[in-house]
Amino acid sequence: MRIVTSNSYLESLLQGQPQLPASPLAWLNQLRANAVDRVAALTVPTTRDEEWRFTDISPLTKQSFQPVRTASRLQAADVERFYLGEAVTRLVFVDGVYAPQLSSVARDLGVVVTNLSAAVSAHAAAIEPHLGRHTEFQDNVFAALNTAFLHDGALIVVPRNASVAVPVHLLFIATQKEAASYPRCLLVAESGSTVTVVEDYVALQEEAYFTNAVTEIALADNARVNHIRVQRDSGPAFHIANCAVSLAHASRYQSVSVALGARISRYNLNVLQAAEGAECAIDGLALIAERQLADTHTCIDHAKPHGTSRQLHKCIVGGAAHAVFNGKIVVRPGAQLTDSSQSSRNLLLTGKARVDTKPQLEIFADDVKCAHGATVGQLDNEEVFYLKSRGLSDVAARNLLTYAFGAEIIDRIPIASLKHRLEQTVLEQTQSN
Amino acid sequence: MIHQDSKTLLEVRGLCATVNSVEILKGIDLTVRSGEVHALMGPNGSGKSTFAKALAGHPAYVVTGGAVVYEGKNLLELKPEERARAGVFLGFQYPIEIPGVANSQFLRLTYNTVQAQRGKDELDPLEFDDFVREKMKLLEMNPDFLDRSVNEGFSGGEKKRNEILQMALLEPRLAILDETDSGLDIDALRVVAHGVNRLASKDNAIVLVTHYQRMLNYIVPDYVHVMESGRIVKTGGKELALELERRGYHWVSVEHRAAAGAAACA
Repeated sequence: MRIVTSNSYLESLLQGQPQLPASPLAWLNQLRANAVDRVAALTVPTTRDEEWRFTDISPLTKQSFQPVRTASRLQAADVERFYLGEAVTRLVFVDGVYAPQLSSVARDLGVVVTNLSAAVSAHAAAIEPHLGRHTEFQDNVFAALNTAFLHDGALIVVPRNASVAVPVHLLFIATQKEAASYPRCLLVAESGSTVTVVEDYVALQEEAYFTNAVTEIALADNARVNHIRVQRDSGPAFHIANCAVSLAHASRYQSVSVALGARISRYNLNVLQAAEGAECAIDGLALIAERQLADTHTCIDHAKPHGTSRQLHKCIVGGAAHAVFNGKIVVRPGAQLTDSSQSSRNLLLTGKARVDTKPQLEIFADDVKCAHGATVGQLDNEEVFYLKSRGLSDVAARNLLTYAFGAEIIDRIPIASLKHRLEQTVLEQTQSN
Repeated sequence: MIHQDSKTLLEVRGLCATVNSVEILKGIDLTVRSGEVHALMGPNGSGKSTFAKALAGHPAYVVTGGAVVYEGKNLLELKPEERARAGVFLGFQYPIEIPGVANSQFLRLTYNTVQAQRGKDELDPLEFDDFVREKMKLLEMNPDFLDRSVNEGFSGGEKKRNEILQMALLEPRLAILDETDSGLDIDALRVVAHGVNRLASKDNAIVLVTHYQRMLNYIVPDYVHVMESGRIVKTGGKELALELERRGYHWVSVEHRAAAGAAACA
């Protein structure tokens, strides 16, 4: 038996890295080089690491993945079923590579939406303070790997006081087995601006591939960002993602993230309230079955006073699937009058389904309001009886309640077509007979 | 209204039931004919709501004795959903909130389920929308309640209107309304009672479970029953409710015990 060590596995992942074209920006080349160094110094986490206690990613290390370097030949007809009617502006990446023929940018949008590698020179001033600055990769091997491969990606810069009425769709399509893709998004919302962005991961085939994404979102004073994240990767895929959000004074970040696909998925969302009066509402839904594992780790860091945060995370777990939620709330010294609430609600549909949920509050200020709660259970018998007393069969009643449990989160997505599509998916996945 | 030739809808004989192994119903006898309105009154804990839920088939209420015949069928053999489809309706004292399901979606689903079981046509969303809006007028309900999640964030009065709206859609033969008047202000009470009256016909029957006489000013009962300790201990006409309002329940139990004592001595 050949023993693959964690480091040789990481080395194998890094194989394609030296072939990346150099950036015209020296600091960006340096950033990548630093990331490569960190990958070399780090190891793949195991369940002995506290942050990965419940999530065994060793199945990932048993398969090899390489980045795709060739441009996709896909045409619109192949993928347009994934398009959103509301989003005229769309960037499409196929196996991590920008696909201009599938992308579309409305000219009069008044906002920069472009492929990162093409725009680094033109928008260097907007990019440099943020790219790689919000997502810490010193101790995070997956963020380091993504940064080492930083090339194509989505760049959105919303100018001061600009308000974009229609959503921007970032569509990441996986098409090949054994492909490693490193999606990267940077969203800079300048002061007083408003934007809605959909980060959407889909697959054309049921293949095993590896998506390792990093998203950085910076909100300046009074900015408003609505971030919808949908992970509907293929069943055998691996999906690991890090998202870091930084909130300036009186800015507001709202997000809904939905995890449906992948054999193993892990989403780390870190929200830093870096100035007074920041607000965030982050909601999540994991709907999994069979032998899937979906892990969501969130951290809301109340660093300054008068911040508010609200969070509802739900998991619907069927088959022998396993959901993990770790919700950390930090209230730093001096972050007085913080108002935070967190709720983790979990529905287990079978005897073999499992959930590990952990609220983690670290409060270092005394005049704060922090509410949290977690429930794990089956459907409520009173609710089932109510529906049966209206003529619904036991199965129909349970299906409707399971659907409703998920729909409460889906309902918070402000894009009708996406909401409808996801509701259909939830409906299909929650209908047992 | 009492009709001499009307047929018997519900025949309850010696019904006993337990909740968490505690006997709550200790032998209820009640006959309801079509066209009639019955009021079931009694102090807290006398078993009124238990009786209502046992008739609807709530699994936590275990029938341990007696018989219930509904339209010639053994009601106790039917599942809750089969009872509903057969025309038994329970208006809940505390209607359940279902976040995530639009009220219109829920109402259409229940309506179509029951219609299909009765061999009638189902309605598509557009047809149903017209139909339900018409029914909502009966209860002076704002159509906005169609788009909201079922009962979520509804006030007490709005929830009760939504219950009666379901009654209007499902057209039950036997409607058991469990404290439909609780949580209603005077105006809402009038509207809801008016709605119930409009739904009452010579072919159906209504059992009102209530603490207070005030609802009976609007929905005039043919019979008033007083429950105590899991039994019906007195039955009278609508004037009995007025007397209860004036004198409370205590005298009924005194009278009942005296009668029971006399019967035991005889």
